[in-house]
Amino acid sequence: MSAATLTPGEPDSARDGAAAGTAGAATPGAPLPGSRPSRGGDGGADRKAPLRPGRVILHVSLILWGAIWLVPLAWAVYTSLRPYAETAEKGYVSLPDTLNFDNYVAAWTQADLPHYFLNSLYIAVPAVVVVLFMSSMAAFVLARFSFKLNLAMLMFFTAANLLPQQVIITPLYRMFLSLDIYNTQFGVVLINVAFQMGFCVFVLSNFMKALPDELGEAAQVDGAGVWRQYYQIVLPLTRPALAALATLEFAWIYNDFFWALVLLRDGDAMPVTSALNNLKGAFFTDNNLVAAGAVMIALPTVVMFLALQKHFVAGLTLGSNK
Amino acid sequence: MGLSALAALTACGGGGGGASVSEGTGDITFGSNQSDAVPKAAYQKIIDGFVKESGSKVSINTVDHNTFQEQINSYLQGDPDDVFSWFSGYRMRFFADQGLAGDISSVWDTIGKNFSESFKAAATASDGKQYFVPLSYYPWAVFYRKSVFEDKGYEVPTTLDQMTEISTDMLKEGLDPIAFGDKDGWPAMGTFDILNMRINGYDYHTKLLAGEDSWESDQVKEVFNTWTKLLPYHQKGGLGRDWQETAQGLLQKKSGMYLLGMFVSQQFQDAEGGDALKDLDFFTFPEINPDYGTDSIDAPIDGFMMSAKTQNGGTAKKLLEYLGSAEAEKINADADKGLVGPASNMDTSNYTDLQKKAAEVVGKAKNIAQFMDRDTRPDFASTVMIPSIQAFIKNPKDINNILKDVEAQKKAIFVG
Amino acid sequence: MSTLTQKTRPAKARKVRRYSTTDRVVLALMLGIPALVVLAFVWGPALGSVFLSFTRWNGVTAIQPVGFQNYEQIATIYPPFWPALLNNVIWLLVLALVATPLGLFLAVLLDKNIRGTRIYQSVFYLPVVLSLALVGFIWTLLYSQNQGLINQLSGAHVNWLGNSDINIWAVLVAASWRHVGYIMVLYLAGLKGVDPSIKEAASIDGANQRQTFFRVVFPVLKPINVIVLVVTVIEGLRAFDIVYIINKGTNGLELLSVLITNNIIGEASRIGFGSAIAVILLVISLVFIVTYLVQTFRKEDAR
Repeated sequence: MSAATLTPGEPDSARDGAAAGTAGAATPGAPLPGSRPSRGGDGGADRKAPLRPGRVILHVSLILWGAIWLVPLAWAVYTSLRPYAETAEKGYVSLPDTLNFDNYVAAWTQADLPHYFLNSLYIAVPAVVVVLFMSSMAAFVLARFSFKLNLAMLMFFTAANLLPQQVIITPLYRMFLSLDIYNTQFGVVLINVAFQMGFCVFVLSNFMKALPDELGEAAQVDGAGVWRQYYQIVLPLTRPALAALATLEFAWIYNDFFWALVLLRDGDAMPVTSALNNLKGAFFTDNNLVAAGAVMIALPTVVMFLALQKHFVAGLTLGSNK
Repeated sequence: MGLSALAALTACGGGGGGASVSEGTGDITFGSNQSDAVPKAAYQKIIDGFVKESGSKVSINTVDHNTFQEQINSYLQGDPDDVFSWFSGYRMRFFADQGLAGDISSVWDTIGKNFSESFKAAATASDGKQYFVPLSYYPWAVFYRKSVFEDKGYEVPTTLDQMTEISTDMLKEGLDPIAFGDKDGWPAMGTFDILNMRINGYDYHTKLLAGEDSWESDQVKEVFNTWTKLLPYHQKGGLGRDWQETAQGLLQKKSGMYLLGMFVSQQFQDAEGGDALKDLDFFTFPEINPDYGTDSIDAPIDGFMMSAKTQNGGTAKKLLEYLGSAEAEKINADADKGLVGPASNMDTSNYTDLQKKAAEVVGKAKNIAQFMDRDTRPDFASTVMIPSIQAFIKNPKDINNILKDVEAQKKAIFVG
Repeated sequence: MSTLTQKTRPAKARKVRRYSTTDRVVLALMLGIPALVVLAFVWGPALGSVFLSFTRWNGVTAIQPVGFQNYEQIATIYPPFWPALLNNVIWLLVLALVATPLGLFLAVLLDKNIRGTRIYQSVFYLPVVLSLALVGFIWTLLYSQNQGLINQLSGAHVNWLGNSDINIWAVLVAASWRHVGYIMVLYLAGLKGVDPSIKEAASIDGANQRQTFFRVVFPVLKPINVIVLVVTVIEGLRAFDIVYIINKGTNGLELLSVLITNNIIGEASRIGFGSAIAVILLVISLVFIVTYLVQTFRKEDAR
């Protein structure tokens, strides 16, 4: 992966050459006021980040901004920790008499969360694995070989990702009925794979294009077939992008409820996002309980992001900059 | 893909009515839309009772209320449970007409004696056969807290003028006279229903909702005119409030009266150590046109139907017979105090005062309507009436234009 | 595929390399299987919707062809349609012109090698991993008229979600809350890939930070801009859950996706009518996307 991160420095990369050229052209040519070398020290000082007034202001504003950003989530968590009877009496905006995890316990058992968490895993994990595998193959062909329909195929994939789900749902449902995969988790996995393929092909082909062409050439000299080129050379180098995509796709597929809504029938087979509805009564809704359920349902994606954060940014970096 | 292939793709499924249903007696599944803890437990208890009595095996498939409703079409055409929860009225007839529900007239031969004629009529589709077994119903009426009325000396109104009078008094006292929340779009349908039935009578109401009269008629305009006069007494900002939040206002004695289904009592159940529920009472919406008095009421019936695709119609019908028994209805009405059981031979000793009154008021009514979204085409109710009534609430002066749009859309929808 | 070649730099103009039959078959399968899946389960059904949009169908009885009647009715007697179209445009514009620049701004701030950048990133990114349905629920707790945090703290009685003049903006705050973090991460990734020496070179030349950014850094970010734009358009046109959770997309919160859902999901079953709205949304998406993609990929191809 280091080979790819370093692309800006690689002289044989035409694109980055152009980028560097832009920078080079802009620097001397631009009518910048006060082009004096004496201000050059700033750049170096910047990276050591001493506590200057500017930094303090930056931190203060970031902390403020961050605090505002956290208010909605914090509010949901606060609500979830209070008993319904208390908030019904005192209103939601009040100081707490009691803070406990009772709502969490209740949501966990009443909505049968463990069961639905497993359902979500049965859907999301295979879907992510399969979509990454298939899209990496397609991206490999599209990025590393050129043939007549190259551009058209890339658009075929990318544009498919941009369609709203509602546009395809009715015929899809009929098709699932006749293929006998209606009301199966397999069917939901399948449509997630098909629907997410476009974005993955788009990102992965961008990424693979950035890998040096010499890789393939060297492999060919060795007499490796295209499959080995893909599997043993390109795929391992694509790992960071795959990790980033896995994080994103997991969150998307995990959070989706629309496919399950139309394509599953059994309450028992539904993903965890539907369990939230189980907590909302037809006639009576205990917001505190729903908030507790909501927090728990959000946890897996939050944890996954925190765990993979480093890969996440790195993977996207490579994808975007080739 | 050719168009014909697409047509084939989209055309499979469905089928004509009148298909004979298998009479198998194997194990069956039961589709429930009750995911709340209390009614879910009640259903489980009912099914347990049936299993014990019949020795058949029934597995329950529970899907939450909202999802169930959103799925109903794909559910019935896909792979439905043998017996499933549904509603009476147009919603029942629609699926019966499409051949998606099974004829259960034979069940009614057994359970018919448990129910009055009006319930049987509500279970009968356009072919004269029965497709539905009622389990419970609840009235739509004006709810209030007895203590508030006593403290302020308000009398239960029997005419619209009296209602307006106490509303004016309530305004002076700083109360919201008529609690109002229509964020979800359906609660205000109840207001339209009752005004229309009080002003123009049940028969006109039915005709209008069946698409047989114009929404631009003088009768309909009169309904909206009356409503416009009442709007100043409605709680402000109703379009941003769901009914639960609205009910809290009544509970906290911030509003005086609330026109809603009896399920509003669920918000009172645990409050004030149970005293709030005892303090809750209701009256039927007062008379407007003496020709019709208070002879009609919205009292939607919930119950069950049988899938036309069932392989075990024998067991399914036995289950439906059990669901229509006094025993099953009692289990349900005992569990949920916001409901009343329709079986006339049911033991009502556990009824709360509210339940007793509900049974009495509905029993006295000459005509029972099922609520707008059950008495008219569901596509018309949800895609036309919800936005149109909300548009009226927002801008009552624009009612003529709104009704013009409603009529145009009605003509487009009520074609086939 | 007769002109199949390994990608080579055009400047070097290598001779076209021949591939063995096995390789050709493998390549065809590698591309063909994923393409088939997408064709069968995305494009096929999309075409199916186009077909259905010219019919009247309740999902059960026979399909009746009705020509352009659905489209005509949508444009003339279906009041929610135009507000929905407008709202989709507003949605797209707010995300593109407010949320996206905010995300970019955050990314620039956080790219400065500051202490605790990881923590800040997590905070801003957190809303992104939540489902929009959840976001809708959380914001309902804040916006609720009588019990919500905002009104209670400020003492105001604003009907945030019920007043059709302001609810779309209130909801857009929630949607942006989520979108900003998303864009921030994408740009952060882009900025990490910008060679620091470029920035240094500019600052040696005395460019101030803003100038450095707009004249030097931003142009280098072009590839990430493509992704950001695509993501923003997707979010703008697909917007659905949050509004559906709040009030099923009525009373000022109409969106095309919700109108489609209200017409074809559930009991309504105006499938032909709903499909016609779907096709309108499809066409809008495609016009936008194809124009943009053709432009982008052409340029890239010609590099």
